[in-house]
Amino acid sequence: MPILELKNVSKSFGQLKVTDDVSFSVPEGQALGIIGPNGAGKSTLFNLITGNILSDAGSIAFQDRDVTRVPAMQRCFAGVGRSFQIPQPFDNLTVFENLLVAAMHGRNQSQKEVQQACAQILEQTELLPVANKPAAGLSLLQRKRLEMARALATDPKLLLLDEIAGGLTDAECVALIDTIKSVHARGVTIIWIEHVLHALTSVVERLLVLDFGKVIGIGAPDEIMNRQDVREIYLGIEV
Amino acid sequence: MRTDTHTPPFVVSTHTRASQIAAVLAVALVAVLIFLPFFAGRGLIQDMFFILTMLVLAQFWNLLAGYGGMVSIGQQAFVGMGAYAMFGGVILAGMDPIPAILLGGLAAVIVAIPTAFFAFRLQGPYFAIGTWVIAEVMRLSMAQVKALGGGTGTSLPRSATREMWATDWIATVFDVRNSAARDILTYWLALALAAATIAAIYALLRSKPGLALSAVRDNPEAAKSVGVDAGRMKWFVFLTSAFGTGLAGALIYVQKARISPDAAFSVTDWTAYVLFIVIIGGIGTIEGPIIGVIVFFLLQSLLADYGSWYLFTLGIIGIVVMLVAPRGLWGLITDKTGIQLFPVRRRLSGGALDT
Repeated sequence: MPILELKNVSKSFGQLKVTDDVSFSVPEGQALGIIGPNGAGKSTLFNLITGNILSDAGSIAFQDRDVTRVPAMQRCFAGVGRSFQIPQPFDNLTVFENLLVAAMHGRNQSQKEVQQACAQILEQTELLPVANKPAAGLSLLQRKRLEMARALATDPKLLLLDEIAGGLTDAECVALIDTIKSVHARGVTIIWIEHVLHALTSVVERLLVLDFGKVIGIGAPDEIMNRQDVREIYLGIEV
Repeated sequence: MRTDTHTPPFVVSTHTRASQIAAVLAVALVAVLIFLPFFAGRGLIQDMFFILTMLVLAQFWNLLAGYGGMVSIGQQAFVGMGAYAMFGGVILAGMDPIPAILLGGLAAVIVAIPTAFFAFRLQGPYFAIGTWVIAEVMRLSMAQVKALGGGTGTSLPRSATREMWATDWIATVFDVRNSAARDILTYWLALALAAATIAAIYALLRSKPGLALSAVRDNPEAAKSVGVDAGRMKWFVFLTSAFGTGLAGALIYVQKARISPDAAFSVTDWTAYVLFIVIIGGIGTIEGPIIGVIVFFLLQSLLADYGSWYLFTLGIIGIVVMLVAPRGLWGLITDKTGIQLFPVRRRLSGGALDT
């Protein structure tokens, strides 16, 4: 059964069509990777799925429920968690408070009910040593980790990761992959936009390629990466 | 997820040793201030009334701008509407001025609803200017209400001020004239309002909605994506701030007993001075407005005889503080000492942090 299903979703900003008749579905428990050149509309697609922006046409269903016009807050309650491509921490709150606000509101529970879970997510994402520091003072790696930790704090059924490995060293990337794999192993469905292909393909079971807002291919990673049009569009390889 | 059964559980705390001492001192201070009229002269009571009411206005502007991220320069709208509603209750409905203060808070909330409807469509400086324009519209509108004195204003009826609740009892106990008894009564009400305002804002900031408010201020889009109802938080803070500001406005004009649109909707008296207090003291902290109002009162006492130089000096001091100490005087103090009298941070300890 698909946890997420998009049918003919389109979105334009003025004359520019950034999402063009996109349709795909993601089975529950699967990890789907999304690739495409810069400006292909990947982050806009995430914003449409999370409700941060609303589509002009088409429909989005989450767990068989039509959420096309449902605001971001309600989609979070339903189980959609996300990270942002450019980290968006709550700068004046501490790292721990960033997770608390997400857990208390995303799960609609009290501080007492969520505080142990938040502390454990900080441990899992290696943010515990900076738990009491304001988020404004974090390094890039820590900010990326915080993005994922905050999304996990909402206890999502579907986790959307937007270029979470960008700018990380190889060692940092390996640690991040381990964390994502352990989250996925718990049954969380993952959709991951990433340019670091080796990281992406080590986790995902399917790849979707986006170009000029259109889906040009979806399938097993090996099959997709060997397609001539994908190599030309995405990797810039003349075949 | 990895959990070690041998490590102690994580603990979350907000209190600090300084805050516990501060809580005891605050209770003692309020007790002393309750009994102040027994040993203080009328001049000091009037000065304390001014300090406490400005503190209330500053705390509510700080809630709106410092915690809610909505920098309004139209708070005089709620002072004026609160004051005029109280006058309306007394003059038109024959109410006693003291219960009519509640009408002030109610009226401020009622006008805040359409104000928010328009102002929330604006962002940043446009929001600030929009709130100022709406306040001016309210000033001009009240100047048309002849029953409340029109453009020149009016006074509370002598019968209403003479027979105000509890003033006879205060006049007898303190052996003072009726006007002095009114000052004592309004001082006590100002003290109660200031203490309740600080306690309520502190409780809010330590609560679940308080944490959400900080998240919305820092990043509304990210807040929405973690389940925070950013729109509802903005409405809640705007209406709460309007209610408190309206109550303070009504109380101020019970003590003044005379009102005019220019005075009640004065951007200088009810917004510019309030901004100065919060910015000097430290925006986004409860302690900041307390420090700021003391500094403001001292400057006003020192410079009151220098006319426009007074405002000029306030402006220069405000700019210098913004450049040298962007987080205000309380920010400087906490940077040097680490002291927090009203801590709202949730500190994590225990678990693997202690191993």
